[in-house]
Amino acid sequence: MSARKNPVRTAPRPDPREVWQDEFESGSVREDGLETSTISGIPLQPLYTADDRPKRAEEFPGQYPYTRGIHPSGYRGRLWTMRQFSGFATAEETNRRYKYLLANGQTGLSVAFDMPTLMGQDSDAPTSRGEVGHCGVAIDSLADMETLFDGIPLGEITTSMTINSPAAILLCMYIAVGEKQGVPAARLGGTLQNDILKEFIAQKEFIFPPAPSMRLVVDSIEYCAKEVPKWNTISISGYHIREAGSTAAQELAFTLADGMAYVDACIERGMHVDDFASRLSFFFDAHIDFFEEIAKFRAARRIWARWMRERYGAQQERSWKLRFHTQTAGVSLTAQQPELNIARTAIEALAAVLGGTQSLHTNAMDEVLALPTDRAARIALRTQQLLAYETGVANTIDPLGGSYFIESLTDEMERQAETYFKRIEEVGGVIPAIEAGFFQKEIADAAFRYQQELEQKRRIMVGVNDFTVDEEEPIEILRIDPRLESEQVARVRDVRGKRDQAKVSNSLNRMRKAATGTDNLMPYILDAVRAYATEGEIMHALIEVFGTYTETAVV
Amino acid sequence: MPTATKPIRIVVAKVGLDGHDRGVKVVARALRDAGYEVIYTGLRQTPEMVVDAALQEDAQVIGLSIHSGAHMTLFPAVVDELKRRQATDIVVFGGGIIPDNDIATLKKRGVAEIFTPGTPLQDIVDWLRRRFPETAAS
Repeated sequence: MSARKNPVRTAPRPDPREVWQDEFESGSVREDGLETSTISGIPLQPLYTADDRPKRAEEFPGQYPYTRGIHPSGYRGRLWTMRQFSGFATAEETNRRYKYLLANGQTGLSVAFDMPTLMGQDSDAPTSRGEVGHCGVAIDSLADMETLFDGIPLGEITTSMTINSPAAILLCMYIAVGEKQGVPAARLGGTLQNDILKEFIAQKEFIFPPAPSMRLVVDSIEYCAKEVPKWNTISISGYHIREAGSTAAQELAFTLADGMAYVDACIERGMHVDDFASRLSFFFDAHIDFFEEIAKFRAARRIWARWMRERYGAQQERSWKLRFHTQTAGVSLTAQQPELNIARTAIEALAAVLGGTQSLHTNAMDEVLALPTDRAARIALRTQQLLAYETGVANTIDPLGGSYFIESLTDEMERQAETYFKRIEEVGGVIPAIEAGFFQKEIADAAFRYQQELEQKRRIMVGVNDFTVDEEEPIEILRIDPRLESEQVARVRDVRGKRDQAKVSNSLNRMRKAATGTDNLMPYILDAVRAYATEGEIMHALIEVFGTYTETAVV
Repeated sequence: MPTATKPIRIVVAKVGLDGHDRGVKVVARALRDAGYEVIYTGLRQTPEMVVDAALQEDAQVIGLSIHSGAHMTLFPAVVDELKRRQATDIVVFGGGIIPDNDIATLKKRGVAEIFTPGTPLQDIVDWLRRRFPETAAS
């Protein structure tokens, strides 16, 4: 060190952060009255810096708590599964669509059932009138399921089935089709939605009261753990909660709370958490507020890993990993200028991919009007292929990890979810909260708030409350031929006429008796399915024992 | 609330099997905020149940919501049930996922108005006020 010579006096270097702050505050700000919070109402800073980044040890993909992804190799190891949800009209028509999608590069099937099937009733029930084959495929008995998967080898594909109250019956039908194709249950792969809690909370396709509904879910989880080990027994769904109007944080919190309720129920049955946890899967919405969604997916993985390891004491790493399917947001689509929906869906799909989804459904542009046409369905699938193969986004794992903004928003999501967990616990848990209308009211409030923001133009939906056009060119939509209903009615009656009636009634009687006890109902349901008992008959027999549920409507 | 005349009572109902109640609840709240008396029936109402509720509640208006695609069967079924019960003075309107081409047919079958996705709530309120000027809500 030499003695300082000629010291130069300089002004202290200004703090660049303060300079920016001054410049920002003295600059002009848009006065269009639009909200600057996320679509869910989380206030946002105009800029995030290193000061906002949470202080924690660096996280890596494939390592607890999996914020950056559950696989060390991300999409370099394996791309997400492109799984387009589809089904309409009859099993025969849908079978044709499946073969078309598979031929176009889709990698897994996803069955949409019609309303009567979802509600556990046959196509010839009086309240099925006008509903048969409209928003999905009509399945009444094993005969329809055989047609649905005709020529599709169940040992080589995976199938997701979106069904809840009658989920156990449809799974048994799938197992029975496998038997006929010579594919043992142990080789079947796929996912059953089977998430009754979100039905009570949001989608409202419940039939039995909560307790027997939960029993059926646990029965199927327990059965599959032994007999159908590659099957994802439940897809714990935030999608419907979000579509019903919740915020992103509510979707995250309510879904994970439901997940914990299932874990509790299985443990109560006597199962060990590591025997079933790795077969629980999740299903989230990808809404239009891009960064918020990415943060939600990242937070979901971290919260679940922590709860599974710390609260439930799961020992195996695979029990800690939250795997999820994503669907782009149906509610974000507009009937006005529907071609814009292609752009919306692409942005939402990108959020899902950057959030590390395991599989993805991209909505078709016309889904706000009707079920998609072949052309619209193809564009939706091509959007995913474009993301996977053209954009380069699959090359880097969790590319937004470390972003000041994303990391801060991920933490905020987590914080808000934890606050909800406490509130749910205060109400007594998920089922008491359902019975008290807690979730339903939270969601209805959020939906109304959002609608008001639109009405006041504090939020814009392009083509709806701004940038409208006077005359819209009609787009081609898929029409369901009303004759299909009478044909399906004839088909189910034909099945009833041709089967061995004694076998049917014996199997139903055995199932009914078992339902009054505590046996696992799956083998009994499978027997009834094999005998070609219809879905409606099986549900009816169960309703005789379990009763039905009516909700007190909260407006 | 209106003072001189009886407030209009509206039965809003979900017909059909689907459980998508976001729209119906938002509309019910908006109508209530606009000063109407709103009775929400809840889910999965048959046409008979809807008309029963409207008669019991002495409603002047029935608002139907559906998202399952069964509107062409169920909306006219409500109108027919009103005819059968000689209650055609009750005005029926509806909303949901309803393609444009179906709207004209539904109107011909006696549904007074159809509001499709993206309709501002105020449009529904304005329509009711035009339809019932003498008993305008507050």
